Amino acid sequence: MIELYILLILMIIGAVLALEIKDLLSAVIITGAVGLCLSAAFLLLKAPDLAMTQLIAEIVLVIILVRATISSDSRVEQSKRNHGTFVCVLISLSLFLGASGYVIAKLPIFGKPLMRISRTYLSEALFQTTVSNAVAAITLDYRIFDTFVALVALFTGVIAIMALSGPKSNNSNKK
Amino acid sequence: MKNKPNQQIKSKTGIIDNDQAEQGMSIIVKTVTRLTVGVLFVYGINVALHGHIIPGGGFAGGAIIALSLLNLVLAFGKDAALEKLSQTWAIIFTTLGLLLFMVIGLFGSGNNSILESLFQDKGELLSLLMIGSIPLLNIAVCLQVGAGIFVIFIYLVSLKPEADKS
Amino acid sequence: MIYFLCFILFSIGIYGVLVKRNIIKLIISTMILNYAVYILLVLMGFRWQGQAPVFAADQGIGFMVDPLPQSMVMVSMIVGLAVTALLVAVAMRLYQEFKTFDLKAIIKTKIKNKPETDDNA
Repeated sequence: MIELYILLILMIIGAVLALEIKDLLSAVIITGAVGLCLSAAFLLLKAPDLAMTQLIAEIVLVIILVRATISSDSRVEQSKRNHGTFVCVLISLSLFLGASGYVIAKLPIFGKPLMRISRTYLSEALFQTTVSNAVAAITLDYRIFDTFVALVALFTGVIAIMALSGPKSNNSNKK
Repeated sequence: MKNKPNQQIKSKTGIIDNDQAEQGMSIIVKTVTRLTVGVLFVYGINVALHGHIIPGGGFAGGAIIALSLLNLVLAFGKDAALEKLSQTWAIIFTTLGLLLFMVIGLFGSGNNSILESLFQDKGELLSLLMIGSIPLLNIAVCLQVGAGIFVIFIYLVSLKPEADKS
Repeated sequence: MIYFLCFILFSIGIYGVLVKRNIIKLIISTMILNYAVYILLVLMGFRWQGQAPVFAADQGIGFMVDPLPQSMVMVSMIVGLAVTALLVAVAMRLYQEFKTFDLKAIIKTKIKNKPETDDNA
C-alpha cells in the first residue's frame, strides 16, 4: 500500500502549494492535480465508480474555475498575512490534530472494515434487486432517499445560479 | 501601476473574449471536436445505461454527457451549442429528471413502501434489459445531472462578458 | 497512520478557509475539505486484498470492499460539484460588482460606498 501513502502525501503537498502560491491560475491547476491524485487513489481503493465520477467532476470544476479566473485582471493574490490570526489558527489546528489521535483510535483498523450494515446489503442485493453492481444497488435502492436529496440539492444549485445571473442590479449599471 | 494599462487593453479588446464565446476556436479544434463529441455523448449514454451491471451509473454518465456538451460550448461557442440543446430544453430536462425520479419512486409504493424498487424479483439476473426500477432511475439521474451541469455552465459563461462591458 | 494523513489534509482545508482572504483561494480550500472527507470515508471501507463491489460468478461476497461509503461519497460528489459551481457564480457576481476577488478590498469599498447605495435604493 506504499502507492496510497505516496498519493496522499502528494495530495497534501499539492494542497499546501495551491493555498500558498501567489498566482491564482496556478493554484487552480494545482487543485486539478490534487483531484486527479484523488481519482487514482479511488482506483487503488477498489472504487471504480468513484474514480470515474471524480475524474469527470474534476475536469468540469477546473474548466469552470479557470474560466472564472482567467477573465480577471488581478490574477495575483496580494495579501499581507495577519500574524495574530495565523498563530491562533496554527495553535487551534495543532490542537485539532492532537485530538484526532483519539478519533483515529476509535476508527476500525485500516484494511478490516466494520461491515455490520453492508454485510446484509451485499448478501441480499443480488437477489432482491437483480443488479450486479452493488454500489448502484445501494445508491438507487436501499439508500434512495440520499440520492433523492442529492438530486434536489443539485436542482437547488441550478436554480440559485439562475437567480444569481438574472437581470443586473441597478448598482453596477450606474457605475 | 502595472494593473492599469493591462485593464485598458482588456476593456478595449474585451470583444476578443466575447468573440471567443461567439465563434469558438480555430479550425483544427473545431474539426477534432466535431469528430469526438458524438463519441463522447454516446459513451455517456452507454455508461448510464449499463450502470447496473458494470461500474459507472447515472452520475458518471450524466457528467460525461454534460462534458461533451461543454466541449461543444468551448470549441464552437455558446450559440452553436445552444442550437443543439436550447436553454429552455435543458432546464426542462433537468426538472424532468427530478420528476421522473419521483414518479418511479411513487410507482414502487405498492409494496407498502415509497421510493423502493418496483417489479422487484421479476428481472433476469445480470442482463442488460432487466425489468426493474434501477435502470430507469439511472436514466432519470443521468438526465438530471447532465442537463443540470450544462445549465450551470451556460449561465456561468453568460455571466462573464457582462463583466467586461460594464 | 493513513487516517492521520487525511486529518492533515482536512486541517489544511480549514487553515485555508480561516486565513485566506481571496475568494478563489476560499473555493479551493472548500474543495480540499471535500477531498479529505471523501478519501477518509472510502479508506474506512477498504479491505486487504479486496475486490471491487461488483457481483460476478466467481466472486464471493467475503472479499468485497465496503460499498456503503462508496455510494455515500458518490452521492455527495455531485452535491459538492453543485456547491462549488454556486460559489464560483457568487465569486463572479462579486467580481462584476467590485472588480476584485479580494474580500478585504470588497468590504472596504462596501463601507466607503454605503451612503451611495442607500441613495440608490
